[in-house]
Amino acid sequence: MKKTLAALATVASLGLTSAASAGTLVINTDTSDPAPKAAFQYIIDKFEAENPDVTVEWNLFDHEGYKQSIRNFLNTNPPDVANWYAGNRMRPFVKAGLFEDVSDIWADTGWQDGELNNSMAHAKKSMTIAGRQWGVPYTYYQWGIYYRKDIFEKLGIAVPKTFDELVEASATLKANGITPFTIGSKYLWTTAGVFDYLNLRTNGYEFHMDLALGKVPYTDPRVQATFDNWDRLVKPGYFIENHAAYSWQEALTPMVKGEAAMYVMGNFAVAPLREAGLTDDQLGFMQFPEITAGIPMAEEAPTDTVHIPSKAKNKKDAKRFLIFMARADVQTEVNKILGQLPINAQSTVADDKFLKAGNEMLNNAYAMAQFYDRDAPAEMASAGMKGFQEYMVKPERRDAILKRLEKARARIYK
Amino acid sequence: MSHTLTPSPRQEIRRSSWWKRHQQQITPWLFLAPGLIFFTVYVIYPIFQSMAISLYEWDGLSPATYIGFANYVELMDDEEFYTSLWNNVRWLICFMLAVPLGLAIALFLNQTIFGIRLIKSLFFFPFVISQAVIGLIFTWFYEPNYGVIAPLLNMVGWDGWAILADEDYATYGIIFAGLYPQIAYCMILYLTGLNNISADQIEAGRMDGAKGWSLFWNIILPQLRPATFIAVVVTIIGALRSFDMIAIMTQGGPWGSTNVLAYFMFEQALSEYGYRMGYGSAIATILFAIMLVYITFFIYRMYRDEKRGL
Repeated sequence: MKKTLAALATVASLGLTSAASAGTLVINTDTSDPAPKAAFQYIIDKFEAENPDVTVEWNLFDHEGYKQSIRNFLNTNPPDVANWYAGNRMRPFVKAGLFEDVSDIWADTGWQDGELNNSMAHAKKSMTIAGRQWGVPYTYYQWGIYYRKDIFEKLGIAVPKTFDELVEASATLKANGITPFTIGSKYLWTTAGVFDYLNLRTNGYEFHMDLALGKVPYTDPRVQATFDNWDRLVKPGYFIENHAAYSWQEALTPMVKGEAAMYVMGNFAVAPLREAGLTDDQLGFMQFPEITAGIPMAEEAPTDTVHIPSKAKNKKDAKRFLIFMARADVQTEVNKILGQLPINAQSTVADDKFLKAGNEMLNNAYAMAQFYDRDAPAEMASAGMKGFQEYMVKPERRDAILKRLEKARARIYK
Repeated sequence: MSHTLTPSPRQEIRRSSWWKRHQQQITPWLFLAPGLIFFTVYVIYPIFQSMAISLYEWDGLSPATYIGFANYVELMDDEEFYTSLWNNVRWLICFMLAVPLGLAIALFLNQTIFGIRLIKSLFFFPFVISQAVIGLIFTWFYEPNYGVIAPLLNMVGWDGWAILADEDYATYGIIFAGLYPQIAYCMILYLTGLNNISADQIEAGRMDGAKGWSLFWNIILPQLRPATFIAVVVTIIGALRSFDMIAIMTQGGPWGSTNVLAYFMFEQALSEYGYRMGYGSAIATILFAIMLVYITFFIYRMYRDEKRGL
C-alpha cells in the first residue's frame, strides 16, 4: 500500500510510531521514478499474495530526499525493510549499528533455490563488511562503452580489444571530424566512470579497492600510471569540449547527432538514446578494453539492495521479505520491469541486446566495483570527482590535483 | 451585615494600582514576548549551538567527538575555503552594481506618460520570478552550443565558450544572472523614493539655476538617501546569501571554483557527499563573524541616524 504523503507524516511524528502489530511489514523505499516504483508495486503485491498473513505498509520517498531521510528514520522511526546501495554506501549505517546482520539469510535461506552464497556469489563481496553480510541485492546494471556502431562501420574501425586499439580508433574518428568520446561532467560523477575503468584495467580490482578504502596514496606511481593512460585520451582532445557545462543527458546529444561516437556510461543511457531515435543497429555496446595484459577483467556494476534496520519491529517478516526478494523468479520479473539485470544467477534476463551483453559480461566478471562514489567514502568521492573533472579540463594540473587528493585521503581515512 | 466579604475599597485601590504603576513597563514586554521567545529559540540558540558543534567531529549519526579547534585549523589550510571567501568578495563588489543600475532605470521610468504603470510593472517582473527559475533559464542562455548567447559569441569569435564551465568566469556568469532580479528590486525601492521627492525643493533648486547633473546630485540624490540605504542593505544581504543561484547553476563547480561560503557550508555539512557537521559549523561560524562586522556597522548607523532624527 503506497502512502507517499502518509510517509512524511509518519516520519515527522516521531512520537506517534504506529505500533506495528505482528503481520504488518513497513517498507521504506526511494523508488520514486516510474520504473522502480512499478517494480516495487509488483514485489509488494506478489509478496502479499504469497503471504496472506502479512500486510505491507509501503512508504515511498522521493529519490533525492531519501538520502537525507534515511539518516533520520533509521534512528527515530525505523521501518522493517529499507532499500539502499551496496559497497561503502552502506558502511556508515553498518558502522553506526543501524543495519541488521543478515549473514544467516546468505548462509541458509531454507528455500528451494538453495543458499545465496552460490547463486549470488559474484555479488557477495560488495555486501560484506567485517566478514558479515548486511543486506540482499536485487538489481544491478553494467557500465561500459556505448558506441555508434554505424559510424565505426562506415570508417572501418573494428571494436577495440585493447587500449592501444581504442586510442587508435579515437585518432581515426578525430581525423574524420568526429569527437571520439562524449561526456557531461557538470555533476562530476560521470568522470568517475572513466577513472574507475582506467584504474581497474591498469592496476586491477584489488588495487582499485585498496585505493577506494584509502590504503594507497593518490601519489602512488600506479595511480600515476592510470593517469598516464588517461592522458592519452585527454591530451589529444578525444573528449568533447566544454563537457563541464553539460549534464550526462545533455551530453547524449552529440552522440545522437553523430558528432561523437562513444560514451563511457551505465546501461541507463540506452533508454534515452533509443528515445532520441537511435536504433539497435546504430548503437552498440563494448566492454572497456584491456590495458595491462593479464589483469583479470573486473567490471563496474552498481547494485541496489534491501536491508533490515536493526531497530525494526517485525524482523521475522522482514527476513521473509528479503528471502523473497532474493528469489530467482522474483528477480527475473522485477528486472524486466526495471530494465536492469538480476543478481541471482538462476534468473533469466529480458530479451534485450544490451541487457544480454551486460549479463554475459558480468557473469564472467572477475569482480564487481560499485562505482567510485559508492566504493570510496562520500567525502573522498566528492574530493576525487572534483579532481577528475578538473583534470579532464586542465590535464596539466595533474600533479597538483593528485597532491590535493592525497591530502584529503590522509584526513578522511585517518 | 456583610462587611467581611466584600474587599475594602482601600484594598481594591492598592491592587489595581500595582498594575497601573507597572503597566507602562510590562506591556511592551508582553507584546514583545512572542517575538523574543521565537527569536531566542530559532535564531540565538542555534547560533551558539552551531558554534559548539564546530568544536566537534560529527557525521550526524555516530556520537560526536570533541576535537577542539581542529576544524578551524583545517579550514585555514583548505584551498576551497579561500576560493569561497574570495568569491564572496567578488559577489559583494559586483552585486553593488545593482544599486546604480536600479537608480538609473528608476529615473528613466519616473515620468508621466501613457501606460507607464504597465511598463514599470514589466521592469519589476524579474523580481517576481523565483531565483531558481532565473538560475535555470540563465544556465540555458549560457549553454555553449545551443544557448541564446551562443550566436553572439560566435560573431566575436568566441564560439563554444562555456561560461559556467570556465573557472575564471563562471562566478561572474552567476552574478550577472543574480543582478537581473536585484536591479529590479533596487529600481522599485528608488521608484517609491522618487514619489516622495518634494517638488518645492526641485523648484527652488531650479530657481537657483541648478539643472541636469547638479540638480540630480545636489537636490534629488540627497532626498533619496533612505532608499539608497535600504537598497545597499538588501543588496549586501542578497550577495551574502547567494546560495540558490549557485545551487541551481553550477553546484559550486567547475571543481569548486564558484563556491561561496554559504554553499561550501551546505556542501560539507548537508550534501550527499558531506555530513561533516563540525566542519560545516566551523564555516558557518566564520560566515557569521563576517556578517557580524556588517551587522554592527548597520546597527551603529541606524542608532546614529535615529539620534540625529533622520
